[in-house]
Amino acid sequence: MNQRATLWFIVLLLTAVGLGTAVLRHTVTGLPWLPGEHRDLWLVEARVDFVALGEPVTVSLSIPDEIPGFTRISEQAASPGYGFALTGDQGDRRAEWTRREALGRQSLYFTASFLPEEGPAPGIEESVPEPEPVFWGDAEVTAATDLIAGARSTSSDARSLAREICNRFLAGGQNAALLRARNEDHAGLLDRLMRDAGLSTREVMALTLEDARRRQVLSALLEVHDGRRWLLVDPQRGIIEAPEDLLLWHRSENALLDVTGGRDSRLSFSMIRQSLPAEQIATEQHGDSLFATLGVHRLPIEEQSMFKLLLLLPLGAAAVVFFRVLIGLQTSGTFMPVLIALVFLQTSLLPGLVSFVSVVILGLLMRGYLSHLNLLLVSRIAALIVLVIFIISLLSIVGYQLGISTGMVITFFPMIIIAWTIERLSILWEEEGPRDVLMQGGGSMLVAIAAYLLMKARLVQHLTFNFPELNLVLLALILAMGQYTGYKLTELHRFAALRNRPES
Amino acid sequence: MIEMLRPRELRAWGMLGMNARNLDFIGRYNPRSRFPLVDNKLRTKLIAEQYGVPVPRLRFAVDQQHQVNDALRKLAELDGFAIKPAKGSGGKGIWVITGRRKDAFLKSSGASVELSDLSRHMSNTLAGLYSLGGGADTVIVEDLITADPIFDDYSYEGVPDIRVIVFKGYPVMAMLRLATHASDGKANLHQGAVGVGLALDTGRCASAVQFDRRIEAHPDTGADLANVAVPEWPALLELAASCYEMTGLGYLGTDIVIDRDRGPMLLELNARPGLSIQIANGRGLVPRLRHVESLGAGPHPSAAGRVSYAIGTLAAL
Repeated sequence: MNQRATLWFIVLLLTAVGLGTAVLRHTVTGLPWLPGEHRDLWLVEARVDFVALGEPVTVSLSIPDEIPGFTRISEQAASPGYGFALTGDQGDRRAEWTRREALGRQSLYFTASFLPEEGPAPGIEESVPEPEPVFWGDAEVTAATDLIAGARSTSSDARSLAREICNRFLAGGQNAALLRARNEDHAGLLDRLMRDAGLSTREVMALTLEDARRRQVLSALLEVHDGRRWLLVDPQRGIIEAPEDLLLWHRSENALLDVTGGRDSRLSFSMIRQSLPAEQIATEQHGDSLFATLGVHRLPIEEQSMFKLLLLLPLGAAAVVFFRVLIGLQTSGTFMPVLIALVFLQTSLLPGLVSFVSVVILGLLMRGYLSHLNLLLVSRIAALIVLVIFIISLLSIVGYQLGISTGMVITFFPMIIIAWTIERLSILWEEEGPRDVLMQGGGSMLVAIAAYLLMKARLVQHLTFNFPELNLVLLALILAMGQYTGYKLTELHRFAALRNRPES
Repeated sequence: MIEMLRPRELRAWGMLGMNARNLDFIGRYNPRSRFPLVDNKLRTKLIAEQYGVPVPRLRFAVDQQHQVNDALRKLAELDGFAIKPAKGSGGKGIWVITGRRKDAFLKSSGASVELSDLSRHMSNTLAGLYSLGGGADTVIVEDLITADPIFDDYSYEGVPDIRVIVFKGYPVMAMLRLATHASDGKANLHQGAVGVGLALDTGRCASAVQFDRRIEAHPDTGADLANVAVPEWPALLELAASCYEMTGLGYLGTDIVIDRDRGPMLLELNARPGLSIQIANGRGLVPRLRHVESLGAGPHPSAAGRVSYAIGTLAAL
């Protein structure tokens, strides 16, 4: 009893560890549970054009670091002949191109991809600068004070004050119209209004995201601090709560673009929206996390595809346990059905089934003749292996000549295992008759097909490959089934003769 | 229409399922190290002789391919013998030669085989064709068993044998297996042999089945199976029960034949006895097995004591 308790404990532990790790992997790396999940990714390319003067060139471009509403996935620079480095620290990251000598038109590219985040961006703890004092012109001062006083009266805190100022500014009342008419720079005007109302602000540059746009420029926006976090303010639209289509590119005090050794510098952006499988994004994004190190994605592609098959095997093994222990099907060779199912995975079901059955039947016929030759067992099986290879080659060639490309796929079959299967079935035929051969052969096929259908399912392939720890749950399941002492399904039929037993 | 029972019904009748047998009885009471003793008929025979358990007399054994020709010379001088693979299971690879016709040997099934067939059969056996893992095997040649005439009416071919399940030394269930035309002379129930469940206290027929269906008369000879009665029943059970000490296996199937001249003899042992004995008897093994488990260690140290306990108490369960 104690032993059984230990086993159940292990089963529970394995299940908990397997599921727990999978959930953790899902939350940490964002690997999706379901296959085929796609997420939109913005690929943004910044292009710096300038005319070099034949002197040492240094181009320094401000690039985004922490962007509200987006996660940076990757970035790279394309600029032949230039040295490239990412410099700067938090709040002021810069891409820097350098070259000893350049002359004429130059184009430098910087590409980055961004993933829109779900939910509001978390606030970042920063020191907030005190608002600098604002000086208005004579004509403006009344309008500005009026506007601010009105906004203050209909607000309760910094956040609502900012909103009210925006609303009044956009609504275009008398005061706003006057101020707008006297100022070209609306962002700057709004900035001054906010500062005058005692709000901390800073000027930022943002990119409006639109699919397949080229030659876009950054627009000047504003950020206002509401006491807890920075809010993005568009002078055309007001406060932007969730900046889905606004990518904040530059926010530091320093210059956006700094070119020495060149003139006529110009910065433009192009962008496209890409739909990528969520797994790919997750692996790129978390390439250096512990999960990635312990996952199979780090391996070379060739090994990965092998692992893909390998990680499916536990499921096949579990299916065999299920069919033998709970259902009570007979199979020839305990785990041969799993191997056949693996072959079916490579050949697809119908061609695999047809070629497998024909190979076995042809092999059985040849084995029938071999038994007349009075051979020792080992040489008989060896002969059978040679014959099986001949049969398979012949079928492949015939299939190819007939234009059935699937004819070739039967070379995947494990020859030696087929030879043994034929030998066993043949002995079974001689000793127990064709009925048992059909029973065991049919049982094997049934289990193989069931295992194939399971392993073929996209969801299953996705889960076993991306969440290898789920195989621990399968292990727990196998252990649990290993303790099943109840009746098999076939026994319910087998013992049916007892229904009309004599009462004794 | 496939007839199905509910698991509840089977449990109520105390039927032992394959999984429960493997896990609760074979796994728990049969130490792995003891398996070779019963999986190898030659070793069974040797240890049985050591314990004074009667077995068919061993003529000789062949374990090397080069000994086959020598063995064939010896066989040529014999009129009747049985060739068995030492590690065979389920009666596979057993040839029973009952007579001669000039140079040919007559099998119990009536087929005639040549010396060359015997040679091939021995080679196959040595190479492991019939052994469980396909490993090298030994050929055993032993004396024929002369069937007791009391079973003449019930045997179609071959000698009927009696399977007794022995649990922790107590005989718990028994059946007589009769080869039929349908089973091709083999005493294997799933091939069509008749299984006659024997009442544990008397050794008389309790019920009989063929192909898992109840029958009243032998399908080939027509003899009424209800009249089957095994003579010297307690002695036979004692022989079966003594195999417990001999092998140390808690859950054991013993196959016993009754020889006309020598009486009950141990034919072979099985560490994984089948479950169809329950169908033949029309009752499940579980109540008796659980009862024996509840007895604890050794209230009946002698085989005779265990047999009388089985006859007196277990038979009624």
